[in-house]
Amino acid sequence: MAMKDVPDNIFMTTLDAAASWARANSLWPMPFATACCGIELMATASSRFDLARFGAEVMRFSPRQCDLMIVAGRVAMKMLPVLQRIWLQMPEPKWCISMGACACTGGVFDTYAVVQGVDRFIPVDLYVPGCPPRPEQLMAGIISLQDKIKHGGTLNGTEFARRDHSTGPIPFDKDELIRIREANEQLISLN
Amino acid sequence: MSTEDVLKSKFPDDALTFSQFRDNHRVVVPAAKLQAIFNCLKSDLGFDMLSEVTAVDYLEYEGATDRFGVVYVFINIATGERLVLKTFVNDPQPTLPSAYSLWKSADWLEREVFDMFGITFTGHPDLRRILTPDEFTAHPLRKDYPLKGRGERHNFPIVTRADS
Ligand code: SF4
Repeated sequence: MAMKDVPDNIFMTTLDAAASWARANSLWPMPFATACCGIELMATASSRFDLARFGAEVMRFSPRQCDLMIVAGRVAMKMLPVLQRIWLQMPEPKWCISMGACACTGGVFDTYAVVQGVDRFIPVDLYVPGCPPRPEQLMAGIISLQDKIKHGGTLNGTEFARRDHSTGPIPFDKDELIRIREANEQLISLN
Repeated sequence: MSTEDVLKSKFPDDALTFSQFRDNHRVVVPAAKLQAIFNCLKSDLGFDMLSEVTAVDYLEYEGATDRFGVVYVFINIATGERLVLKTFVNDPQPTLPSAYSLWKSADWLEREVFDMFGITFTGHPDLRRILTPDEFTAHPLRKDYPLKGRGERHNFPIVTRADS
């Protein structure tokens, strides 16, 4: 095709890039807000910070309509199966932001009831640190994710199929095993 | 007659210990007499509301002779009177009679004590775990349970990108 015939207001691109561009600028978040970070997530969407400027203001409470899961807050052990089910219910392509110290690592709640980082059990694309992260930080996270989507998106999500192992820490890490052993020893010495 | 006098006259040889802090009246009763005392509180003294059931683990507590203390808080709605009742149970298999037949609010309160401390309540219609997941095996508020758990956090399947 002769390029000179194309008028100024026509852009040439690949379908993949166009799809990724559209997706990056119209993220529909699923607010999985379980604790205090959720308040900050709400502030991000509200008028002062206005997440709509980045096209990500349409919080959907049905996972079927979302493509960005924002895990905001600590996830209790009993809640984890729910989180996993919601993640599985979201249609491809989808991304996940782990927001706040608790969702990323368990934060200060190193107890029997709190999951020590959701990335152990679901795939996470982006971590937003802080306790809680300020709305600006979350927005910076969303902008970085948009960048990631623009560079790594695909039409049918096939690149995800290759990631067949967890990207988080190994669920039974050495520290955990040491802790469990110590706890058991303590228990034996008590009885 | 005050609550204290009524209880003393009804249970003269059970050595009920009474104490008071401000307007907080407390009584320590033997576990064996608990059901009889419940009946007396409900029918004779008009305590028509059970507002709280909880427990304390006295493992390694200085001067403690019993393992668990179970605490009930009763309210007489007509007079506004409150009574804190405490009783002690011990290992193995700490068991108490359920207050469910007299106060329906005991349902969830006793389930919580069962879940957290492993104290069973005989006569409870549905003694299941209430806070922790059903497959949980420990009773986490016992003092011999490690704060960080025994690895229960890790028994979930891992969802990867390829499966989702
Ligand atoms: S990271 Fe901080 S603000 Fe966020 S859920 Fe945890 S404790 Fe709350």
